[in-house]
Amino acid sequence: MAKVSVTVNGTVHSANIDPRTLLVQFLRENLRLTGTHVGCDTSQCGACVVHVNGKAVKSCTTLTVMADGADVLTIEGLAADGAPLHPMQEAFRANHGLQCGFCTPGMIMTAVDLVNRKGNDLDDHTIREELEGNLCRCTGYHNIVKSIAAGAKAMSKSA
Amino acid sequence: MYEFKFSRPATVRQAANLLAKTEDAKLIAGGHTLVPVMKQRLARPAQLIDLSKVEGLDTIEMKGRSLVIGAMARHASVAASEVVKANLPALASLASMIGDPAVRHMGTIGGSLANNDPTADYPAAVMALDATIVTNKRKLKPEEFFQGLFTTALAPDEIITRVQFPLAKKAAYIKFRNQASRYALVGVFVAKRPSEVRVAVTGAGGDGVFRVTQFEEALKKRFNPKSLDGLTVPADGLNSDLHGSAEYRAHLIGVLARRAVEAANA
Repeated sequence: MAKVSVTVNGTVHSANIDPRTLLVQFLRENLRLTGTHVGCDTSQCGACVVHVNGKAVKSCTTLTVMADGADVLTIEGLAADGAPLHPMQEAFRANHGLQCGFCTPGMIMTAVDLVNRKGNDLDDHTIREELEGNLCRCTGYHNIVKSIAAGAKAMSKSA
Repeated sequence: MYEFKFSRPATVRQAANLLAKTEDAKLIAGGHTLVPVMKQRLARPAQLIDLSKVEGLDTIEMKGRSLVIGAMARHASVAASEVVKANLPALASLASMIGDPAVRHMGTIGGSLANNDPTADYPAAVMALDATIVTNKRKLKPEEFFQGLFTTALAPDEIITRVQFPLAKKAAYIKFRNQASRYALVGVFVAKRPSEVRVAVTGAGGDGVFRVTQFEEALKKRFNPKSLDGLTVPADGLNSDLHGSAEYRAHLIGVLARRAVEAANA
């Protein structure tokens, strides 16, 4: 067993866990934050993307022990329950950027990371390239790209 | 995964000691090769030694006329580094093509080189630029370091600390990606330095990165894609699988080498 202390969405969580516990398992099963999804479990689909120390990371391929002492942000951390949606979330809602919603938390977390790295004025080509690590089976990506472009612009207003 | 113990040394020496005294211990850097392999139960290290808290392993800086990149420098950092973009932009470009944005936040140059996946990108850069791989024990040149499929010259308790890249006036990396995995079906790194021209190929060879000396000689005379007219690479020894035949890979090497020279001249 390993002792870990991980800050998740601003709250410190300490636990004694099996070192084999993936970060996605810790978030979903220990902390009951089930917005982060396990899609492929092989680091390809991006449904598991969260932010660790401000960077988008695939939590199905990260051991919780490697996030010991780190600051983790999940989809739940973008807006408090009942509070207005984060501008990126709102953009996905307004632009019909989802159907079944399974890939959506990962898409949004990747999108927020993209804006953090590349700013608020994102062209389609850049967005499509940067979504390499996120797969969607429903939408054909078109509205996802629209949502991210809109969400990126909206994030500059609330900066 | 099989059970393992996890440790996080603060120094290279501590990490090396742990490696030396623990049977079946493995270093973990970004973990984006090792963790998937362990999840599939294809590896069962008894102990994982995490390098992410070792100080000083992730610097990127110019030292004299070499670009020195710490073993724990993440692909995203190399891709975004102003120092790399100013001095060896082909390397930043290569790093920006590895995996995807989230993978690039974790993957490291040390991990990539120590693993020596025959379809990885960094081995092509190291071979083409004649970079020096510095470990806690010695310095290695690419020809000594790369020993075959997933095999390097690293001793069981040896740790890569940094890689020293000579600069090249003209260099480029062109990668033809496997559309599913994003690994290199074929990747060609071309570099022109005062002393020599090198053409290093990854993805195509069964044993890992190799040089195409025929191309190098032609390009040394004149560094222009036309110098490669009529030159071909034999298909034997190249990978043949469901993603592409050996003949197709041989053809791609020629195509990508020409594109790389064009890009390097641009």
